[in-house]
Order: sequence, then C-alpha cells, then structure tokens
Amino acid sequence: MIIVRLALQSLANRWLTACLTILSIALSVMLLLGVEKVRTGARQSFADTISGTDLIVGARSGNLNLLLYSVFRIGNATNNITWKTYQDIQTNPDIAWIVPISLGDSHRGFRVMGTVPEYFAHYHYRRGQPLTFAAGAPFSDLFDAVIGADVATQLGYRVGNKIVVAHGAGAVSFLEHDDKPFRVSGILAKTGTPVDRTVHVSLGAIEAIHVDWQSGARDPTKAVSADDVRQMDLTPKAITAALVGLKSRLAAFRVQREINNYRQEPLSAILPGATLQELWGLVGTAETALSAVSGMVVITALLGMVTMILTTLNERRREMAILRSVGARPSTILSLLVVEAGVLTFLGVLAGTLLLYGALMGLQPYIDRTYGLHVAVDPPSADQLKILGGIVAAGFLAGLLPALRAYRLSLADGMTVRT
Amino acid sequence: MSEVIASPLPSTEDKPRRHEGGADIVRIGGVQFTWPGRNPFTLAIDGFSLGQGERLLLIGPSGSGKSTFLSLLAGIAKPDAGKIDVLGCDIARLDGAARDRFRAEHYGIIFQMFNLLPYASVIDNVLLPLSFSPSRKRRAEARGGGRSEAARLLGNLGIEPSLIESGNAASLSVGQQQRVAAARALIGSPEIVIADEPTSSLDRNRQQAFLDLLFTEVEAAGATLIMVSHDESLAGRFSRVADLAEIAQASRGGRS
Ligand SMILES: Nc1ncnc2c1ncn2[C@@H]1O[C@H](COP(=O)(O)OP(=O)(O)OP(=O)(O)O)[C@@H](O)[C@H]1O
Ligand SMILES: [Mg+2]
Repeated sequence: MIIVRLALQSLANRWLTACLTILSIALSVMLLLGVEKVRTGARQSFADTISGTDLIVGARSGNLNLLLYSVFRIGNATNNITWKTYQDIQTNPDIAWIVPISLGDSHRGFRVMGTVPEYFAHYHYRRGQPLTFAAGAPFSDLFDAVIGADVATQLGYRVGNKIVVAHGAGAVSFLEHDDKPFRVSGILAKTGTPVDRTVHVSLGAIEAIHVDWQSGARDPTKAVSADDVRQMDLTPKAITAALVGLKSRLAAFRVQREINNYRQEPLSAILPGATLQELWGLVGTAETALSAVSGMVVITALLGMVTMILTTLNERRREMAILRSVGARPSTILSLLVVEAGVLTFLGVLAGTLLLYGALMGLQPYIDRTYGLHVAVDPPSADQLKILGGIVAAGFLAGLLPALRAYRLSLADGMTVRT
Repeated sequence: MSEVIASPLPSTEDKPRRHEGGADIVRIGGVQFTWPGRNPFTLAIDGFSLGQGERLLLIGPSGSGKSTFLSLLAGIAKPDAGKIDVLGCDIARLDGAARDRFRAEHYGIIFQMFNLLPYASVIDNVLLPLSFSPSRKRRAEARGGGRSEAARLLGNLGIEPSLIESGNAASLSVGQQQRVAAARALIGSPEIVIADEPTSSLDRNRQQAFLDLLFTEVEAAGATLIMVSHDESLAGRFSRVADLAEIAQASRGGRS
C-alpha cells in the first residue's frame, strides 16, 4: 500500500492548502447542518410549547397574531374580550375547561400574565407534560406571583421575594405599579417554553393594580391603597384571550365555528396545531432560501477544492511522470486524485459535523436562555446522513475534473515533462 | 500509410527468442510516430535492434527526437504504425494498461532530473517500482527482501545509510538524487535500463562517479542499458554509440 502512503505524504506535503480546503468544507457543512438543526429545533420548540389545548380564543384578529401573543408572548393583542363573552363561551356544553389569560404588563423585560390557578393544571407542553413547581405553590393571596424558571434564575428570585410589576410590555418601563408589590409564591420548573419567561399573577391582581389607572397612567386623585383594593370587586372587565380544552377533539371544528360566529363580539378561535402549520407555510420560503444558500456554500467549498487541486497539478506533473515511469497506469493517477478529493471532502464533512456538535453543546444553554430555543443535540438524522454522504460523493466526483486533466497530461507528456 | 513496413532486420528475427547473452532484446521495425500539435513532430524508425547486455549511448542534437525514441522504447508513447519487439513481445500492439504493466516489469527509467517524489523518503522512492511489478518484487524478495535490496543498491551507489531510512528525497543534493534514481531503476533487476541524460545536471567529476556506479550495477544485474547524452566524450565507456539520425528519420510539419 505504498501508493496510498505516498498519496497521504503528498497531501501532507501540501498540508497548509489541504487544511484550508478541509476547513472551508468543514465550515460549509457546519452551516448546512446548523441551518437544518436550528430549523428543526425551532419547529420542535414551537410545536412543543403548547399541548393539550384544543382552541385558543381571542378578539378577532389574524390567527397567527393570536397564537403568537397568547402562547409565545410575541407581539400584542389588538383587542380584548369582555368578561361577559368569556362567561358565555364557558357555558358551551362541548367545553371541558377554559382558562382566561390577561397580558399587557411586564416585570423587568418578562411578560406578566394574569390567569387563574387552573392554568397550572391545564397548560401542558411537550406532548402532554404538565407544569410542575420547583418551589412554592400557586397563588393563594391576591398579590402572589408564580414565576417561570428563567425569571427566577436570571433575576435571582426566591420564594418570598417582593417584586414590582411595570405597566406595558417593554424591557424598561418608567411606569410602575410600585404601590402594589407582589410576593413570589412559587417558581415553576424549567419547561423550555415561554412559560419560563413569564410572571404569572391572578386575574384579580391585574384588575387590582389598574383600578386607579386611567388611559395608561396612574390617576393620583383616585389612588387606592393595596389594602383597600382587597375590599373592592375585582372581577375583570376584560381578558386578552382564553385557552380552551374540549371534551372531545372531534368537536373542535364545530366549537371553532360557533365562536367565530359569535354575535355579540367579533372573536377568533384557532386550533394551535393548524395555526402552527400556517406559520410553517409562511416561513417555509425563507427556510428554503436559507437551505439553498447553505447548499451553495457547500458547492463553493467543493469548487474551491477542485481549484486547489487543479493549481497544484502543474507542479505535480513531475510526480505523475515519475509514477508513470515506474509503471503506474493513468488510471492509478486518476484514482489517486479522485481519492485525494474524496478524502479531503470526507475530512471536511467530518470536521464540520464535529465542529457543529461542539458549537451546539457549547452554545445550547446560551441559545436556550436568549431565544428560548431548545436546539436538541441529537445525532444527525437519516436524511442528514444522506446529505453528508452525498457531499462526500460529490467530492469524489469533483475530483474527477482535475483527475481527468492529470490523466490527459500524463498521456501527452511522454518521457519528458514539458511545462 | 498504416501498413507495417517489412522490416530490414536480420533473419534471426523469426527464431524463437531466449535471453541468452548477445541475443537481441529489442527489435524495432517500420515504426512511425507523430507528436500531435500545430507543428507536429514525426519520428520514423525503419529498423533498429539491440543485443542483450549491450550498453548503448544515443547521441544527437537537441530536439532531434531522442527522448521521443526512448518514450517509444519504454512504451510510454504508442507508435502509429510498426512493431516494437521487446523481450519477444510486440509492445506496440499492447493496450495502454498492458504497456504500463510491461514497463513496470522490465524497465528501469532514469530522467534527466527531478527523478524523485520530493515528499517521500529515500527508501520509498527506491521501493516504488516493486509495488507495480510482481516479478521484480519476487526477485527482490529472493535476494533478502525489498528493503535490504534497496539498502544494498543505495550503499553501492554511495548513499550514506543515515539518509536511507530517515532522509527525505527533497533534502538530497542533485547528485545524490540521481544515484537514488539509479537505485530505483535497478531494484528487482529489470532487463532494460533507460536513462535520459542522467548526468547532465551533474558536474564533470560527479558525472564520472555516477557513471562508474551505474555501470557496475547495470553489469551486476545483467541489464541492458540505453542512455541518451549530449556528451560524446562519454562514448568510450559504452559498447555501442549511435547517433539518432542513423536510427531514425525526424521530420516536422504535416505528414504526407
Ligand atoms: N510530449 C510531447 N508532446 C508534443 N510534442 C512533443 C512532446 N515531446 C516532444 N515533442 C516534440 O518532439 C520533438 C523532439 O523532442 P524530444 O524531446 O524527443 O527531443 P530530444 O532529442 O530529446 O531533445 P533534447 O536533447 O533537448 O532533450 C520536440 O521538438 C517537440 O516538438
Ligand atoms: Mg530529451
């Protein structure tokens, strides 16, 4: 196997260009796999966020908008539903449970959501997993708050801490409900969903902190103290949306139609799964474009390798002539170059895959924290392995180009190499 | 004119051929070869033969076609017409792969310069032909293995043992490289050694030293040597000296 050894030595002799070639292939493969990972990771993350909820009801708006603000805390509701309507829907005989939510306030960049204690029982994620408490319990007092895992770790909160809720959803707010502080009563276990970044309070509390507010600012003349507010009727006048569980999923379309046709108020009811599909349809084009771009990058890297081999061909003509003189067939020279290209590509693909997994393992906590995106570090799927195998095969094929040229040269050169 | 020209070779031609001393090892008849291109170069060889164990010096001006002649003889170039009998086999009729195989088995070739794979070790450069030729490998094994045979040849050719295993071919001087190339041409005792101006990159003293070593080893191996050189002063050392013009007709331009 002296020929193989010589081929490797020849490559080692050109280690710098070889390494750069491998690196460029590795980076392109990393990009290709990375895009795919983030894509599937994002889809999985989104799909895992809500489970067990059959319908989401909100004021009439785009389906996507409703899904995004009610579940993913992205964007804002354009309108509210009145409490009266909510109670009406509640009486629908097909409905097993209904949980109201009320959004609009925030705490140091985290959304505050008003809801009822049943939320913690009915909200499921990742194929039916219920929420669990890492510490404390659901709210029992009016000014109790249950915080998500990220809120707790990032702000260093423990059960019993006092927090102040700000008006509006911005990260920095100058309007604070500082007259009515909350007490952390419970901390939820990590879910990998937007729940981790939510501060949950009771619906009554949302009502309470806004009693003395008028059109977005506190009215000092009507100030009500935190103690006095407890004596008031804190039944909400409106909520943002409601999560609905049905007795039978078969009824979903019927109930959806009934709600969409509700006379007293324009409403939208969506099936979370179907709306997610709508979202994928929307971002599908962007995903395809992204995949196409990363595919192009791989092709560019392979072209770079072919160029590299072609440029070394002239200086290696001598090498070819020597091999021919000792009896190597042109086909040996052909395969030498094809194998060189294939080996470079294989090493590039291997390095790219390893680099990607290294980067994923290193960056996963960061991505999770900042984007709430849980990118799974699992082995490449069968499809991805097929793509990787395809790239290696393409590398071998690409090697044919310089190989055929070397083949022609070695035939035409005869005894003396003429350059 | 693609017909094989009736060759004016001696009548011994038709007798069954054995490898006995003095018998013809090479016979060429009616060969026609053209390098393609805008200004094609054609070489025609009516008849030529070479006895076994001969040491032929081929001379001729630059561009006269000496290297082309060697290419034909070694089966690197394939003639358009005619026959090239080597060891009783018409290599003009072999296909490419068979000619490569034949070359590996029966020839040792030394170029003018740049004979070695620069990144490989000295010993690997010498062992290279053995991986293409089973019979040369067998012969080397019979003498105690390829490595020891390579070391012996290199030693005889004056390469220090320390260079043999560890030395990288690129770190050798030109004279050393030519001697390593000679060792490669000789390993496994091929019948024919072809050398295309092997000494032209050496100075006068080293030329003589190189030829001394080469001749000794060629003789020891019982090989036939064909060497091309510009330098007619070397003529005395050869058993036969020929100008290419006596053997072949070179012409330029379109062939009629
Ligand atoms: N590989 C080739 N392809 C095309 N033409 C060639 C090739 N090799 C040689 N020739 C042509 O054949 C002619 C003879 O070249 P060749 O190398 O045989 O001469 P030479 O006698 O060996 O010369 P020198 O003493 O300079 O080495 C050249 O002038 C060239 O035009
Ligand atoms: Mg020449």
